[in-house]
Amino acid sequence: MSAGISRRIYERFIYSLLAISALVVVAPVILIVYFLISRGGAGMTWEFFTSPPRNHMTEGGVFPAIVGTLYLMTGTLVFSVPVGILAAIYLTEYAKQGPFVRAVRLAIVNLAGVPSIVFGLFGLGLFVLALKFGASILAGSLTLALLVLPVIITASEEALLAVPESFRQASLALGATKWQTIQRVVLPNAVPGMITGIILGVSRAAGETAPILFTVAAYYLPSLPRSIFDQAMVLPYHLYVLVTQVPDAPPHIQWGTALTLLIIVLGMNLVATVIRLRFRRARKW
Amino acid sequence: MATQTTRPPETRITAGAVTRKRARKETLIRFFVTANGAVAMIAVALIMLFLLKDAIPTFRYVSVTEFLLGRNWYPLDEIFGILAIILGSLLVTAVAILIALPVSLGCAIYIAEIAPRSVREILKPTVEILAGIPSIVIGFIGLVILSPLVKELFSLDSGLTALTGAITLAFMAMPTIISISEDAIVAVPSEYRDASLALGATHWQTISGALVPAAKSGITAAVMLGVGRAIGETMAVMMVTGNALHLPPKLFDSVRTLTATIATEMGEAVQGSAHYHALFAMGLVLFAITFAVNLAADVALRRSRR
Repeated sequence: MSAGISRRIYERFIYSLLAISALVVVAPVILIVYFLISRGGAGMTWEFFTSPPRNHMTEGGVFPAIVGTLYLMTGTLVFSVPVGILAAIYLTEYAKQGPFVRAVRLAIVNLAGVPSIVFGLFGLGLFVLALKFGASILAGSLTLALLVLPVIITASEEALLAVPESFRQASLALGATKWQTIQRVVLPNAVPGMITGIILGVSRAAGETAPILFTVAAYYLPSLPRSIFDQAMVLPYHLYVLVTQVPDAPPHIQWGTALTLLIIVLGMNLVATVIRLRFRRARKW
Repeated sequence: MATQTTRPPETRITAGAVTRKRARKETLIRFFVTANGAVAMIAVALIMLFLLKDAIPTFRYVSVTEFLLGRNWYPLDEIFGILAIILGSLLVTAVAILIALPVSLGCAIYIAEIAPRSVREILKPTVEILAGIPSIVIGFIGLVILSPLVKELFSLDSGLTALTGAITLAFMAMPTIISISEDAIVAVPSEYRDASLALGATHWQTISGALVPAAKSGITAAVMLGVGRAIGETMAVMMVTGNALHLPPKLFDSVRTLTATIATEMGEAVQGSAHYHALFAMGLVLFAITFAVNLAADVALRRSRR
C-alpha cells in the first residue's frame, strides 16, 4: 500500500519534471517575443519602415534593408521553386527504387545539413568568383535557393504523396498520359501543401545571415540596387552590423530592426500554417 | 468492330502520329523531371568540389597534420593550425547538447504522452516558432540579455564565454531534437504500449520501459541532427562567444569556433591568398564533420522506420 503511494508520488515528481522541461523550452520563446515587442515596438513607426539609415546608422530606418530582403526572397523563389517542385514530382511520380533514387535522397538529406556558412563559402567560390556574378543579388539568391531546396522538395513531396492513388488511376483509366495526369489531377490537389512548404522555405531564406555575408550583403549603400548584379542591404546583415559594428546605434533601432525581421519571418510562417490548416479542413477526401 | 474497318486509313495514320508525338513528349518530360530530381545531388557534388578546389592550395603552406593539429592560428604570418578552433567548436557543441538533450527529451515525452490536447496545441507551434527565429535574432538576444546574465551569475569579467554560446546553441538545437524524438515516440506501435500496460506497468513505467527504448533509434537520429545543427550554427555563436583563441578552450572563457572564424575572417582575406585557402580548408573540415553526422542520423532514422 505505502509502496503504491510512494510510487504515485514518484510519478507525480517525474511528470512535474517533464512539464518543467516543456516550460524551459516555451519560456524563452515568450521572453524573446516579449523583449522584442517591448523594446522594439516603440521604434516601429511608419518613418522607420520607409526611410534609409542616416547619420552613420544612428538615425532613420531600415527601408533599403527591407527592399533588399524582398529582392532576395523573390530571387530565391524564382530559382528554388520550379526545381524543387519538379524534383518532388520526380521522387513521387517517376522514381523507381534503385541506387540513383537512394543517392538523390541522401543528397537531399545532406544538403539540408550543410552548415549555412559553408553555403556562403560555396556561393563565394562558384557564383561570385567562378561565374563572375560578383557579390550580387543574383549570387545571393542562387546561394539561398540551394539552401532552401531541401525544404521545398520535402514539403512538395509530402503534398504529392497526400493525393490519393485512386485519383491517378481514374485519370489514367480515362486515357490520360502520365504527364497529363500529373499536370491536371495530381498537381492541382497538391498545390496548397506545396505553397506551405514554399513559404516556409522562403521565410528561412529571409532570416539567414551567414550564406549572404560574402555573396550579396552590403554594409551600407546610398541607393537601392538597380539590377540583379548589384549588392544589396538586407535585414539580417543590417541587424548584425547595427549590433556589432555601430557602437553608438540607439537600442530602439537595433530592437526595431530585430522585430522587423522577426515579423517578416514569423508572419510568413503564420501564413503557411493558416494555409495548411484551411486546406486540411477543406480536403475532399 | 465494323466501324473500325470502315474508318478511312488516313485517320488511323494520324492517330498513330499523335500517339507517337505524345509518347515523345512524355519521354522528354520524364527526362526533364529526372534532371531536376538530380539537382540536389549535383549541388552536393559541386559544394564538395568547390570546397576541395579552394582548400587544397592550403597544403602548399602547411601539411595536413600541421593544419589539423597545429596549436597556433596566425593567418597574417601564414601559420595555420586549427586544433584550438576545432576543440572550440566541439566544446560549445558538446555542452549545448548536454543542456539540450534532457530538456528536449523531457519536452518530447511531455508532448507525446502526457500533455492534454489543449496544451499540446500550444506547445507544438511554440516549438515551431523557436525553430523559425532567425539565428541573428537569437544571437542578438544572447548578446544583450543572456551574456550579462552569465557574467553576473558566475561573476566573470566578460559574459562572452563558451557557456553563453552553448546555452544559445542549446535552444537552437532543441526544436530539431524535440520534433524528431516526438515523432519517434508517437510512431512506436500501440502493441508495445498495450502489452506493457496489460502486464500491470504504470503509465510512466510504460513510457520509460517500453516507449522510449523502442524509439531509441529515432531519438539517436534526433540528437545527431541536433549536433549537426549546433556545430554548423554561425551567427549566434559568433556574437556571444567572444571569439578569442584558447588552447585548451575553457567553458567560462571566450572561445572560437570554426564557423565564426570563417565568417569573421573571410571578409578580410585576400582572394587567392594562403589565408583565403586556409578558410576554405576549414570549411571543408566543417563540411566533413556535418556530412558524417548527417549520414549517421540518416542511418539511425532508417533503422527506426523499420
